[in-house]
Amino acid sequence: MARVVVDVMLKPEILDPQGKAVHDALPRLGFDGIASVRQGKRFELDVEGEVSQQRLEQLCELARTLLSNPVIEDFTVHVAPDTAR
Amino acid sequence: MTADTVARAAATPDQPQPWAELGLSHDEYERIRTLLGRRPTSCELAMYSVMWSEHCSYKSSRVHLRRFADLPAETPVGKLLAGIGENAGVVDIGQGYAITFKIESHNHPSYVEPYQGAATGVGGIVRDILAMGARPVAIMDSLRFGPLDAPDTARVLPGVVAGVGGYGNCLGLPNIGGEVVFDVSYAGNPLVNALCIGVMRHEQLHLAKASGEGNRVILYGARTGGDGIGGVSVLASETFHDEGGPTKRPSVQVGDPFLEKLLIECTLELFAEGLVTGIQDLGGAGLSCATSELAGAGDGGMRIDLDAVPLRDSSLVPEEILMSESQERMMAVVEPVGVERFLQICGKWAVDAAVIGEVTGTGRLVVSWYGQRVVDVLPRTVASEGPIYERPYARPAAQDALGADRAEDLPRPTSGPELRASLLRLVGSPQLADRSWVTDQYDRYVRGNTVLAQPENAGVLRVDEDTGLGIAVATDGNAGFTALDPYAGTQLALAEAYRNVAVVGARPVAVTNCLNFGSPQDPGVMWQFERATAGLADGCRALGIPVTGGNVSFYNQTAQTPILPTPVVGVLGVLDDVTARVPSGFAVAGQLIHLLGNTHEELSGSVWAAVIHDHLGGSPPRVDLSGEQALAELLRHAGRDGLIAAAHDLSDGGLAQALVESCVRYGLGAQIRLPEELDPFIALFSESAGRVIVAVPPGAEVRFTDLCTARGLAHQVIGAVDVAGPDAALDILGQFTVPVQELRRVWTATLPAALM
Amino acid sequence: MRIGVVTFPGSLDDVDALRAVRLAAGEAVSLWHGDADLHAVDAVVLPGGFSYGDYLRCGAIARFAPVMGEVVVAAEQGLPVLGICNGFQILCESHLLPGALIRNDHRKFSCRDQRLRVERSTTAWTAAYEPGQQIVIPLKNGEGGYVADGTTLAMLEAEGRVVLRYVGGNPNGSVAAIAGISNARGNVVGVMPHPEHAVEELCGPSTDGLGFFTSVLARALAG
Repeated sequence: MARVVVDVMLKPEILDPQGKAVHDALPRLGFDGIASVRQGKRFELDVEGEVSQQRLEQLCELARTLLSNPVIEDFTVHVAPDTAR
Repeated sequence: MTADTVARAAATPDQPQPWAELGLSHDEYERIRTLLGRRPTSCELAMYSVMWSEHCSYKSSRVHLRRFADLPAETPVGKLLAGIGENAGVVDIGQGYAITFKIESHNHPSYVEPYQGAATGVGGIVRDILAMGARPVAIMDSLRFGPLDAPDTARVLPGVVAGVGGYGNCLGLPNIGGEVVFDVSYAGNPLVNALCIGVMRHEQLHLAKASGEGNRVILYGARTGGDGIGGVSVLASETFHDEGGPTKRPSVQVGDPFLEKLLIECTLELFAEGLVTGIQDLGGAGLSCATSELAGAGDGGMRIDLDAVPLRDSSLVPEEILMSESQERMMAVVEPVGVERFLQICGKWAVDAAVIGEVTGTGRLVVSWYGQRVVDVLPRTVASEGPIYERPYARPAAQDALGADRAEDLPRPTSGPELRASLLRLVGSPQLADRSWVTDQYDRYVRGNTVLAQPENAGVLRVDEDTGLGIAVATDGNAGFTALDPYAGTQLALAEAYRNVAVVGARPVAVTNCLNFGSPQDPGVMWQFERATAGLADGCRALGIPVTGGNVSFYNQTAQTPILPTPVVGVLGVLDDVTARVPSGFAVAGQLIHLLGNTHEELSGSVWAAVIHDHLGGSPPRVDLSGEQALAELLRHAGRDGLIAAAHDLSDGGLAQALVESCVRYGLGAQIRLPEELDPFIALFSESAGRVIVAVPPGAEVRFTDLCTARGLAHQVIGAVDVAGPDAALDILGQFTVPVQELRRVWTATLPAALM
Repeated sequence: MRIGVVTFPGSLDDVDALRAVRLAAGEAVSLWHGDADLHAVDAVVLPGGFSYGDYLRCGAIARFAPVMGEVVVAAEQGLPVLGICNGFQILCESHLLPGALIRNDHRKFSCRDQRLRVERSTTAWTAAYEPGQQIVIPLKNGEGGYVADGTTLAMLEAEGRVVLRYVGGNPNGSVAAIAGISNARGNVVGVMPHPEHAVEELCGPSTDGLGFFTSVLARALAG
């Protein structure tokens, strides 16, 4: 079993009101020097068997068609290092 | 896996048990031992401790709540089909329809985790209504917070509102009304009371009892996880520390409104196919409550296999499975022949379901876990025959001084400009300002039957399109009045909700209530509670309407300071023809404005005293329930006959606020000549009960006046609705004028400015 | 004239859409998400709600429901399809309409009576309105902010495919105050506000929404 992580982020040009709200709260909490905050989603897929190159490509397709909306979001896929066998 | 079995408990009578940590008194623990004739197993101890808690057993309130059960089980339009003791009361409203409705608190969880606390509060009351056999059709929320500008309010309020909205909106239930109140006594102890309304045909009524030996017990909905069982961790660690089982569990529950929506549709389909002989929702105390209540109300016993419960977290120990407050779960009793179809329907809605036991003839509730018997009790001793306390109560010594400190003695505005300034301060105060920052986060349109919603006097729903039958519901509570005089204050809350339902044209028929108080171990609080229940029971008797159910929430206090006593009263009304509903806003210029009812010099406990003088003292306004009844009858007849175009109840802020809200609604002005016999200040700001303003169309003037005269109701014309547009103004002749645009600006600015 | 209304798990305004169809004198047909069959309907409404809880992205899972395969094929052949709120989100996720709906700029769910301008009255669903006509119907959503890239926006405007625009303030941060759009052919329309909640004097702020349903019925009779 290996864990594959898909991170989905809004594209840089799309407004992220949640990230903005977090950013706006930072000065109130005394955290300075943070230029911007973007909020995203992380999916953890526990994959049976070995994660071959072909399997990884299937998972990219899954990320493209279901986990993200290419109109507004970008994604990255990686195997969590400590879980790969 | 080894558990603390019945056999082990019998063999180890002296094993110490953490009864105190579980909130049981020594006497209560000894009573459990006597009932069982041995020490309880740890599972039994968990069940008894949670079911004998104040929250589940009503052990401190029950002696007083009996007053409600003693009321006649009749409403003005029919009989009660189910009353106190069921999940929710059921009222026959005619033409084969019945309404079930109930209000319940989720105060403490909403303080700990505002969003989830409020969301699961809505989810819980909706399942109560569903369990009666009804389709839930609307919700309302009665919310109380600390001062609007308190940091704690800024944390709690947005989360609570988002939670009520997030859950209710996703369920597809319109939110049609409620209250938002600010008072310093709720700082650190917000009140979140949620009300749900359900509609059913008479024959769809279902009850929570397990009968028919051999019938299967099915648990369906969400899988069981470690939600809301923080308190039981002590048991898990006591018994299981040597096996490394997890001991830290969260004390909050997390809701899944999408699953609850599926659960509703799935359950209604199960009802429609006649597959359910008994049903109970899982709320507080989870499986412990559902199994013991179903079995306790039935005619046999019940056998449960705990290892058959579908788990979300496989590390849960049996005590935790029994206690888990995982949301969105129901338990049904089903004849064996219906089980396959039952599971099929659950499959259609993608709802997990498992047969976890059956009804037996033993009279006992027996729970086993992997073949080990961990519970063997008489279910009624758990569910309904818990301890009952007659807590001492005494009128606090400070009550006399409080009553003597009258607001009628405070300095008042006298000139026109002073009155104008007072009015604007009140209009923009957190107490009276526009609530749409809150209510705009709630879907009020879904299901397409919402006739009136906030900011109207009451929520009004169409029951169905063929009969034209409608219902109205209002909730009210006035903690200030209740603090000054718990008996009268509770009756004033009842009278206000009753009046609000009548103002929209409905006939008030039944009551639900949520009694929010401090600690029952404080004799002063208990005195407030005793007086409040007496006031409500006597009031309902006088008005001829029953209490159908409700909820008590004690221990609302921060350190030793209790909240103001806060009984919240919900009144249900019926409209035979819902198209005759009466809205609150002035809509047509030229209509004459009548003031109905008598105005007295009554300022103690008023919004004026609170906002201008930060004062609470004196005696609340007098209560005249026969006057309220006469007023309600008049409004119903006048509404039905089309004699009134708009009506607004006079309560918080008095005549002044009612005029402001009636003008601002559609942007029309009004010219008002205050009654000459009254001091203008009294006329505007007194909060005497039993009053409304109505706008009467010109053609209906004579008939309306005749109707008032014939019924002996005090009435007088105080002015006329004026035109709309940029020049629209509320003109109090001889005193002052305020443009409606200014009123709207002041009224709507307060909440958004404080909450962003 | 049969108009189908799809019920997904978590659909909420399906009962309202069915009622609106009946009030417009159409035959209302319930369609089930798991049934890959449109039952010979003449038009389809994808109603509002929170399909599949909207947990991944609004409309993202509904797009893969068996019935949607049929809807996509039929829409490409000219079947009138109206997506309301969550239905609009599903149409965008299905690529029947361009762009996407994101969280409201003020981050709150908002329910209000919304003034709108009908920008295009040549679609299957808006023929009953005059171009430029202002209407008031309920708007209620948490993720109603319409976004699209510059090229798409320019195309929508150039081809006159903006069907509805917010008037009197932008309630959710939608680009160019867009409240509804259509495909090039005008048979597929997605709108954020809820015409099905404005079809009766008794239970809505107006009856301005009825035109969506009478439009598609009139077109079927004429066609």
